[in-house]
Amino acid sequence: MGGLQKKKYERGSVTNYITRNKARKKLRLSLPDFRRLCILKGIYPHEPKHKKKVNKGSTAPRTFYLIKDIRFLLHEPIVGKFRDYKVFVRKLKKAYGKTEWSAVERLRENKPTYKLDHIIKERYPSFIDALRDIDDALCMCFLFSTFARTGKCHVQTIQLCRRLTVEWMNYVVAARALRKVFISIKGIYYQAEVMGQLITWLVPYQFSHDHPTDVDYRVMATFTELYTTLLGFINFRLYHSLNLLYPPKLDSKAECELKEENEEDYALNSECYLEKLSALSASLARMVSSAEEEEAQLDQFPVEGEDMEKLEAREREQKEQEAQKKLFDGLKFFLNREVPRESLAFIIRCFGGEVSWDKSVCIGSTYEVTEETITHHIVDRPNASTQYINRYYIQPQWVYDCINAKIVLPVEDYFLGVTLPPHLSPFVEEKEGDYMPPEKVKIMALQRGEKPAQEQEDEEEEDEDEDEEEEEDDNDDEEEDEEEDEEESEEKNLKKMEKQRSQGKSLQVKVTPGKMKVENPERLEQEEKAEEKRLAIMMMKKKEKYLYDKIMFGKKRKIREVCFILLLIIDSHVDKTVCEAP
Amino acid sequence: MKKVREKTAKKRSKEEEEEEEEQIFNFKDKPAGKEEEDEDLSDSEESVFSGLEDSGSDSEEDEKESDDNDDEDDDDVTAVESKQPKQTEEEEEKEEVVGGVTEREEEEKKEDEYEHDSSDEEDIRNTVGNIPMEWYKDFPHIGYNLDGKKIFKPIRNKDELDDFLDKMENPDYWRTVHDKQTGSDIVLSDEQVELVNRLQKGQFGDVNFNEYQPSVEFFSSDVMIHPVTNRPADKRSFIPSLIEKEKVSKLVHAIKMGWIKPRRVEDDTRGRFYDLWAGEDSSILGRHKMHLPAPKIPLPGHQESYNPPPEYLFTEEELALWEQQDASDRKLPFVPVKFSSLRQVPAFSRFIHERFERCLDLYLCPRQRKMRVNVNPEDLIPKLPKPKDLQPFPTTQSLVYRGHSGLVRSISVSPSGQWLASGSDDGSVRFWEVCSSRCMKTVQVGGAVKRPVCLSTCRPHSYVASSCECGRAVHQVAWHAKGDYLASVMPDHSSHLQVLIHQLSRRRSQNPFRKNKGLVQCVSFHPVRPYFFVATQRSVRIYNLVKQEMTKKLQANSKWISSMAVHPGGDHVICGSYDCRLSWFDLDLSTKPYKMLRHHKKAVRGAAYHRSYPLFASASDDGSVIVCHGTVYNDLMQNPLIVPVKVLRGHVITHDLGVLDVTFHPTQPWVFSSGADATIRLFT
Repeated sequence: MGGLQKKKYERGSVTNYITRNKARKKLRLSLPDFRRLCILKGIYPHEPKHKKKVNKGSTAPRTFYLIKDIRFLLHEPIVGKFRDYKVFVRKLKKAYGKTEWSAVERLRENKPTYKLDHIIKERYPSFIDALRDIDDALCMCFLFSTFARTGKCHVQTIQLCRRLTVEWMNYVVAARALRKVFISIKGIYYQAEVMGQLITWLVPYQFSHDHPTDVDYRVMATFTELYTTLLGFINFRLYHSLNLLYPPKLDSKAECELKEENEEDYALNSECYLEKLSALSASLARMVSSAEEEEAQLDQFPVEGEDMEKLEAREREQKEQEAQKKLFDGLKFFLNREVPRESLAFIIRCFGGEVSWDKSVCIGSTYEVTEETITHHIVDRPNASTQYINRYYIQPQWVYDCINAKIVLPVEDYFLGVTLPPHLSPFVEEKEGDYMPPEKVKIMALQRGEKPAQEQEDEEEEDEDEDEEEEEDDNDDEEEDEEEDEEESEEKNLKKMEKQRSQGKSLQVKVTPGKMKVENPERLEQEEKAEEKRLAIMMMKKKEKYLYDKIMFGKKRKIREVCFILLLIIDSHVDKTVCEAP
Repeated sequence: MKKVREKTAKKRSKEEEEEEEEQIFNFKDKPAGKEEEDEDLSDSEESVFSGLEDSGSDSEEDEKESDDNDDEDDDDVTAVESKQPKQTEEEEEKEEVVGGVTEREEEEKKEDEYEHDSSDEEDIRNTVGNIPMEWYKDFPHIGYNLDGKKIFKPIRNKDELDDFLDKMENPDYWRTVHDKQTGSDIVLSDEQVELVNRLQKGQFGDVNFNEYQPSVEFFSSDVMIHPVTNRPADKRSFIPSLIEKEKVSKLVHAIKMGWIKPRRVEDDTRGRFYDLWAGEDSSILGRHKMHLPAPKIPLPGHQESYNPPPEYLFTEEELALWEQQDASDRKLPFVPVKFSSLRQVPAFSRFIHERFERCLDLYLCPRQRKMRVNVNPEDLIPKLPKPKDLQPFPTTQSLVYRGHSGLVRSISVSPSGQWLASGSDDGSVRFWEVCSSRCMKTVQVGGAVKRPVCLSTCRPHSYVASSCECGRAVHQVAWHAKGDYLASVMPDHSSHLQVLIHQLSRRRSQNPFRKNKGLVQCVSFHPVRPYFFVATQRSVRIYNLVKQEMTKKLQANSKWISSMAVHPGGDHVICGSYDCRLSWFDLDLSTKPYKMLRHHKKAVRGAAYHRSYPLFASASDDGSVIVCHGTVYNDLMQNPLIVPVKVLRGHVITHDLGVLDVTFHPTQPWVFSSGADATIRLFT
């Protein structure tokens, strides 16, 4: 053979990985600095395929980074800034210790800072990349913007987060990009479609947080640092894509309208503008004042291989979207003071509605309660004190449900004091065989344009639902039932025979007229096929068999769950009927 | 203060030596000339002082002045009086005249030294010090004067009556003060009374003192041309400081070396945003190919709604289960809750936690690309020829042979296919007619019934060989194809006499193996060639009987072989094993099984090939017989095709034993099976 014997862990996958501690030593950074660098640069550990090989034969738990990633970090200018900062802290401490206040001041003035622009550009070479990764950034900024301005992080950070989120919301309003909303127990989810990317974010409810002690806010602050930079650049680009001014300015017309009110009551002058922006009640100023963008009719290029059906489906979808964008056009809302103002104002404005609130609730209200043209008054109380005749008094869920259903739902279910229909998640897409809540079925029927006459058919509907469920049940159980039946009959015969045997101790020879065995050809065929399948399954290879079993197990579990849910529903129905009976 | 006092005391002693006589004279004079003095006091200053001398320690000012630097004192008072107008004059003068004024001021300063002499010593006539005077009440004297002479008390002490009389008669009684130190009474003069009154009112002692006189701004906001003092400037005020020079040079050096940096220009571009992606060029590649973008947070389902459909709420059992489970095992990280209206929804307590965990996931969690199997399970099922196309094979149970009372261990069919022999644990061998399922004959073989009975029917003649326990158990008997030889197996760990080959024609037995190579399970003759198959626990050995050597050793890859059958062609072997497997060996291919069939759920007990049809069957403890189609091709390139065609059930499992043996009918596609339920069944 010849040649030197190669050492064991010096080639192969082991050369691709480096442990965390080694990486840290290579970069000469302390652990917190290393982590911060990883956060900013988006470096994360990798799980090697063969951990033992990479770990040089040991099975000790270790985190591995790709060696390429670490090499990439070596040339990062921000590492130098980290070191500068460390030195700065040391000098500052020393100056404090010696009580050299002038030195402290000088050091303070020269505090090293860094910018993250180049990192953003590096991590997201194209705008779409950045847009795709903005979910977390939005969630974090919305969370930070709700923090109280005490203690947990710098006030500037909170203010910046607030500013950026307000800018984002204003953009979504201006672009009418919102698609779905969902009120969950955690907060309110929004989904917007921006430049073809679906972006989902979660906004917590507007309450003060009780800050947990087991959360490291430094980590969160580092993330926020990155995210605010990212969000700022994205906002800039988005605003320019719509020909809006950035930083956002209110439309001059709207500004005039807002100005006449007594501004001084609300906030300082510096904060006033942001407050007005965050009220979301006015449109933004454009760079080129174009009255209305006329949407150019898109040319259609039929792609080969795409059949007409697909094309039509796409067209239909587009039309639907357009319709959804104008969902609340012409409707005028008024928000009572107990409803979440920001959320509702945001979504109503996103879909073209007009919205206002009481002057004392927030800056930027545009009309009063007494306005005649208000069509919907959103109230979250059991009853409203004074009611105007020509408007609907509804609960806030109506707005959210309408957006998810993409149609203006009938308001009857949402009147004050009425038990609300369940609020469903718009993000769940049922496949075949999945359980679909009856409310969703109803909404889908409404979408299709079927209008159930409400009062008469309410009960019927329930019945229908039940019927459907039962039918489904039947379908599931049919086969089993039949098999069971046969088995049962056989067993009965056998039992009889046994009884006879035990009684008479000898089989009575008897000739009974034979029965024609009616054979169902279809059934026979089915059985044959089933057996064929069983036999074929027997011949599967071990690996495939394992996979097959797993898949089938998952499927069966799903079916079982659905059955369980259906059973629950049936139970509840039964309970209801029992309750109603006396 | 002490020093000062001492000094002044010395001074005074000198002065007083000079004026001794005068003072003494004065002293003695006082009581006598009281009234005269009262009148005089208003006129002369001297008298004022002398009067004060008597009063002792009334006020500091008095004391100071009572130091009796007589001449100077006089001057002093005048000086003080004249000073104030002077000062104002001086200021006026200052603006006009510059010259000799300073000198004059200096002179005045010298004089002032005495004025500010703050010796606060008392006028001491009695040198006893500050002691309670009652200590002297039993003595005729009251202390000592400065010369050390006794000061005697007034001879006649005043009693109450005297006092009273005095009070009533003496018009000056109210202004009379008793001096305890000297024991004499002093009558205050008008001026002194006035002074006391003024002091009691909180006013200045000096009548002429104007407390509201305009203050002179010594250091005013106006820039003065002249220095405030006429002190000559220091040398250091016009020589550049060395220390400062040193400091400056240090700073200069530090700047030169780059240790001190110029003040940074305020960087206001930090919060500024611009079009970062303006020059978007595709030349900047993204990450390397190993980059795995973080997965997005899964979207919420109906359960997370604030008002979910009722079927998504937890039942009590589910809630209990949720609470018991570890956080990582839970299906949902939260409990679904229903609120009747939006205003009742509280803040989510774990919101910050969840965001934080997401952050941790993003930068701490190792990522790995996992291929999700996206397979249609139907595609995994192999495409096999339909059993229908592979007919004939047994499909239904047609006959049951009843009669045995114990497990039917083995069965065998006569070459003609008319007769069936079976051996059972009840110690009997029965012969059945195949078509009618009648037992034609029963042979009791020995008394030891519990031992297995094995038999085999040879083809050309219709001998039946049956083995039974005679000391040791014969496990199996196998016939050679020509019917002259018979091999019997007697499993034994220790001996090399496990396999014996008997020759019928010569009635001779021989032991083919010299050594024990493991526990022999079963043996078989090759149907055509002089080969002999011996299955031990884990392998099958093939011996060439002519050359008397081992030609092959097949590894069965199973724990314990139970049965073996050789294909009528002689090139294929199937081995059933107790670990539920049936392995098919192709002798042309390798010593490893060509195919492992894991069809059975329990131990495989028997295996058999059909003589003419491409069928083989295996019997197992799970009560089933599985018939497979196994075509063997003459073409060496084509591997045998194995397709399971039928699962035959019918035997009842008793004592965990199901089907024990299986045999094919020699001519028809029928299969016989014998089971632990004491029956033999025919499937056609």
